[in-house]
Amino acid sequence: MKRYSAFAIAREAFRQHSGWTRAWGQAEPKPRYDVIIVGAGGHGLATAYYLGKNFGITNVAVLEKGWLGGGNTGRNTTIIRSNYLQDPSAAIYEKARSLYEGLSQDLNYNVMFSPRGVMMLAQTQHEIRGYQRTVHANNLQGVTTEWISPARVKELCPIMNIDGPRYPVLGALWQARGGTARHDAVAWGYARACADMGMDIIQQCEVTGVTTEAGKVTGVNTTRGDIKCGKLGMVVAGHASVLAQKAGFQLPIESVALQALVSEPIKPCMDVVVMANTVHGYMSQSDKGEMVIGGGTDGYNNYTQRGSFHHIEETVRALVETFPIVGRLKMLRQWGGIVDVTGDRSPILSKTPVEGIFVNCGWGTGGFKAIPGSGWAMAELMAKGASPLTEEFSMNRFRHGKFIDESVAAGVAH
Amino acid sequence: MRLRTNGRLVAKNRPVHFTFNGKRLQGYSGDTLASALLANDQLLVGRSFKYHRPRGLVAAGAEEPNALVELGRGDRQEPNARVTQVELFDGLAARSQNHWPSLEFDVGVINAKLSRFLPAGFYYKTFMQPQAFWKHVYEPIIRASAGLGRAPETGDDHTYEHFNVTVDVLVVGGGIAGLAAALAAGRAGARVLLVEQTSGWGGRAVVDRPSIEGISAQDWVNATLAELDAMPNVDVRLRCQGAGVFDHGYALAHERLTDHAPKQGGPRQRLWRIRAGRIVTATGAIERPLSFAYNDVPGVLLAAALRDYVVNFGVAVGERTVIVTNNDDAYRTAIALHDAGLDVPAVIDARTSAKGELPEQVRALGIKVLTNSGIASVDGGKRVTGVQVCAQDGEGTVTETIPCDCVAMSGGWSPVVHLWSHCGGKLVWDEPHAFFRPDADRPPLGADGEGFVIAVGTANGHLFTAEAIADGFSAGRKAAKVAGHTRKPGQAPMGDDVAEDALTPVWIMPAQAPYKLRSKMWLDYQNDVKVSDVQLAAQEGFQSVEHAKRYTTLGMATDQGKLSNINGLAVLSNALGEAIPRVGTTTFRPPYTPLPLAAITGVARDELFQPIRKTPVHAWHDAQGAEFEPVGQWRRPYAYPRGDETAHDAVTREVVNTRENVGLLDASTLGKLIVKGPDAGKFLDMMYTNMMSNLAVGKCRYGLMCSENGFLMDDGVVARMDDDTWLCHTTTGGADRILAHMEDWLQCEWWDWQVYVANVTEQYAQFAVVGPKARQLLQAIGGMALTKDDLPFMQWASGQIGGFDVRVFRISFSGELSYEIAVAAGQGAAFWDMLVKQGEAFGLMPYGTEALHVLRAEKGFIMIGDETDGTVIPQDLNLNWAISKKKDDFLGKRGQLRSHMVDPDRWKLVGLETVDGSVLADGAYAVAEGVNANGQRNTQGRVTSTYYSPTLKKGIAMGLVKHGPTRMGEVIAFTKEGGGFVDARIVDPVFYDKDGEKQNV
Repeated sequence: MKRYSAFAIAREAFRQHSGWTRAWGQAEPKPRYDVIIVGAGGHGLATAYYLGKNFGITNVAVLEKGWLGGGNTGRNTTIIRSNYLQDPSAAIYEKARSLYEGLSQDLNYNVMFSPRGVMMLAQTQHEIRGYQRTVHANNLQGVTTEWISPARVKELCPIMNIDGPRYPVLGALWQARGGTARHDAVAWGYARACADMGMDIIQQCEVTGVTTEAGKVTGVNTTRGDIKCGKLGMVVAGHASVLAQKAGFQLPIESVALQALVSEPIKPCMDVVVMANTVHGYMSQSDKGEMVIGGGTDGYNNYTQRGSFHHIEETVRALVETFPIVGRLKMLRQWGGIVDVTGDRSPILSKTPVEGIFVNCGWGTGGFKAIPGSGWAMAELMAKGASPLTEEFSMNRFRHGKFIDESVAAGVAH
Repeated sequence: MRLRTNGRLVAKNRPVHFTFNGKRLQGYSGDTLASALLANDQLLVGRSFKYHRPRGLVAAGAEEPNALVELGRGDRQEPNARVTQVELFDGLAARSQNHWPSLEFDVGVINAKLSRFLPAGFYYKTFMQPQAFWKHVYEPIIRASAGLGRAPETGDDHTYEHFNVTVDVLVVGGGIAGLAAALAAGRAGARVLLVEQTSGWGGRAVVDRPSIEGISAQDWVNATLAELDAMPNVDVRLRCQGAGVFDHGYALAHERLTDHAPKQGGPRQRLWRIRAGRIVTATGAIERPLSFAYNDVPGVLLAAALRDYVVNFGVAVGERTVIVTNNDDAYRTAIALHDAGLDVPAVIDARTSAKGELPEQVRALGIKVLTNSGIASVDGGKRVTGVQVCAQDGEGTVTETIPCDCVAMSGGWSPVVHLWSHCGGKLVWDEPHAFFRPDADRPPLGADGEGFVIAVGTANGHLFTAEAIADGFSAGRKAAKVAGHTRKPGQAPMGDDVAEDALTPVWIMPAQAPYKLRSKMWLDYQNDVKVSDVQLAAQEGFQSVEHAKRYTTLGMATDQGKLSNINGLAVLSNALGEAIPRVGTTTFRPPYTPLPLAAITGVARDELFQPIRKTPVHAWHDAQGAEFEPVGQWRRPYAYPRGDETAHDAVTREVVNTRENVGLLDASTLGKLIVKGPDAGKFLDMMYTNMMSNLAVGKCRYGLMCSENGFLMDDGVVARMDDDTWLCHTTTGGADRILAHMEDWLQCEWWDWQVYVANVTEQYAQFAVVGPKARQLLQAIGGMALTKDDLPFMQWASGQIGGFDVRVFRISFSGELSYEIAVAAGQGAAFWDMLVKQGEAFGLMPYGTEALHVLRAEKGFIMIGDETDGTVIPQDLNLNWAISKKKDDFLGKRGQLRSHMVDPDRWKLVGLETVDGSVLADGAYAVAEGVNANGQRNTQGRVTSTYYSPTLKKGIAMGLVKHGPTRMGEVIAFTKEGGGFVDARIVDPVFYDKDGEKQNV
């Protein structure tokens, strides 16, 4: 792989950029791979990357029915934080956050991780108690968070109206080392690094069936032919239950549309990420200058990648209330993605009833922030059969009632 | 410059004054800011996003990518206003954006000099070392140079409103196709809404002037509008843009009411939320630029836009205009300019021949037509000074230089398919016209499985008058028919056209252009994406159109690629050697043009952001200076501080007074659900863990409600009203949620059970009279018998107190003698006033939610939301006594049998007292030895409620601790706020009146 650097750009600048090669190869499927990952989103590509990097497993194909990074990896609001309440969540999200810190250097691809700080506003007495509890929990989990006063909130985010007539800001849970990253770059960076290790990333290749023998996986049928494998990782987010069905088991997943929107770009006016769960809205400003705004999920299950406008209205109302200046901005674009939601709103990283098939799904509305940690843990699970990071995220927890429920304190939005 | 010829829209007898960058300028009534700027020779209006290159107007409508300015000041400041959509008014103040120190001299233009180092996606390849530099050095610089307009500094004091309408037919676009559609649907009798985004009707036809029904297009438009105006079933709106189409015929239109007349009163803008049976999109087409080197120099415009400026506003961009085209239509611009007395030195036509009627007309005017020709390069920096001509099929060898100050380009037209596509309408590639048009066989589908959007006119790929108008008329008729309106609308109007020869697709000019030229051919003017950038994306494997878009930022600017997407797509297809339709388009997303967030918000701001729910005594609380806290949409008094008391002092006083004398709580917010019917008892037995069917009439029972998974979700007292009626109290926040929960089960699972649920929360005011003197007070007031024998604990009775009809519940959430008294909401305030007045003699004081919390915590009563958090089952809270063992089933029963739920290691409810008497921190955790497999400190419990107890004069807490109930007296360490630990002893959670004697007296 040709390394990226300022020097490389300078060199290419004098030869009309003719020397840049493909970021990832255009592979034809081989008859067999040690590992097939279905789904070339952030989680799937990260799984493949850490299989190679941490375990030396490089005879790997990543199959993608559309274009890589085209699902929720390329549709989210790019927030990265790990201020989760429950131990298993805090562990995997903090693993992800810490990997994000060095990801650009690790991948030699600038994913623009920017630890600009994430605050979650408390606007009721109940939220105050919930977030204070999170601070206590985080400090024992090795996640640095603090409770900050309304004055400090205002100092960090001057455009916020903390004395709104309806829900004044009473304080916030603050994670200074949370932030944002460039979502597409995360997928592209992992894809390039995977390809560099000799893995095949095969786009426009839809899995139509899963073949097994004596309860053990043997391969997949795809729109580009049958491919054999030793192990199979299913990392397909919103379509997880559809794929699981092809392998003969069920997942406790519901798929719903989650919406987001951006404003037109403006000069920098907001350095931090703000989440306001009482009024249901969150916002940050991208490097391009757009205000990036997250909305809610639709109330009904669907696969449309669109969503209802009244959710956009609800979100926008919340933000105009919290940041009055944004009323003067314009919505440039709104879109939707299909999120896969489990009963306890926490992900599944798990072995399955079929030997050799592993599943990574259920990240719901909060998957982007987890990508490196999820890939790291999933790779360990697939390579070794167990990982401390995935232990509690087994799909069996729904049988035992050992839920990992984050909605209790962290609020609705992940 | 302003021409001597009159524009059809401007009134030269009505001058209008405005400023641009502080310079005082003049236009006329009817001008747009764009035409007025051009009239004043202000061609340079902005700077591009990445290279800060000088930018001038390219278009005349919503597709304009360059001319974005800041309008107004202070609370009227608006960034990124598109000057082609801004109507001129007296006093308008506009400023250009994205430059420093000035529009003419912008240091940011250094980026353009360095552009060879800044190709598509360069930032992914650099700025990586050292790690800390991204946040602290590189990113701040990038952020400062990106963005466009300045952020507003204050909120917005305009008003915005929403209209909700239901129509049979929504027609978007007031050109001739849209007018014809509205006419047909209107005549058929359908309820029609016709919206047009600009301030005038007729679209392109009134500029290009074909004849319709034998009269001029303008006359036909006027006549049609007069007919539509006369129809009571048709509503027409100008300045109203169809912004988005959503599932089930839902559409948004955005109407600008006073932007053009700021002195006029009323709302600034209106958002129409429309339910339409059918949506007819007559949204027209947008002309495509041509990709030749330096096509971004100010003075290069779309050919039709130039025509618009001349015909509509009597404004020209230059004296000498070279036309460059691949089609016949652009020849109309040559004719229009010639008619206006302007010089057209040449028409450069990329086609090998140009023999149509329009080219022949142009030749007859003495204008030179150069075929198989293209522009190799445009000369000029901040303004065009000439063009270098070359052969279109060559590599750009210059054959001729033509001095000029304006270039009009036309690469053909693309139908505006946005609204068709928003909800899933598919496109088909039309090879002869080289554009995507709606595929009528794959429309967006409505609830009835039929297509609910019909594209018509140029938006449907019909570029000629006759077919466009016939298409619109037929669609209007069809749409009306679906809604049951079958009256015959008459014959479709007849249009008349000049025949045109076919275009030749031209995606780069010249066809064999070398890198040097390709790296200067702009596709996306605002975001500075060039042909070479898209080619680089393809070279690097960004083959999907979505990848190419995201890698290069093509089409991601505020115009969302209206001019650039198809050209970029074609370049990508060629680079990949794929056919254009195989590569496909990016997704069209709402809104069509950027939609102000304030318009989306409407009136739901500040006090009206959400409804504020008020109890009947809210005003009294307010007058007493109560501190409120939001609980759901309610505001409840947190405490009633007196004089210079702090809230904490007030809580202490209220608790002590309630324990010693009598307190008064406004409990009206607690949910009250009537559950009635022959199967109501059976239903409640499923809803609650307790048995409710056997509750005797006149009795009360504390009940627990669990989710299917077994987790405790709500609690409250249930009272049996009569044989088939129960009154279920819920928590304040739970009323709506529990009603929905009950309805969910009744409607989806037990639809055959005869049960009716009504939420009567707001129909009653309910007050708790609490404390040892409660009975004395009520007896002093006089009325129904309230002794222990008349109304024992956990019973209720109807009667009168002080002349008010009341229902009294002997229930207690404080451990004290307590009467909860419900009166009709309308009598709540009077009843409360009476209690307060009569209570004076007994030392009555009102108390707020915090005192309520302390009182219940002293008694070890749980609070939903504190002791529970969605992970706690009743058994964790030692509430096994409230879980019926007699019932076969209830919601949560199965969940509570799962292995983790019966795990003996579950954390269980205990009381906690710090060894030093201090108050434990909210949310503190009890630590255990060691760390888990992920390196996290082990824990063995947590605090769920913690208060200073004024009664016991020390900190008390409740918490969940592993094996807690068996560890009484043991001391464990809890985390402190800000770090460190504090020791606390595990004790009985009932801190006060352990035997419960006081509530029972």
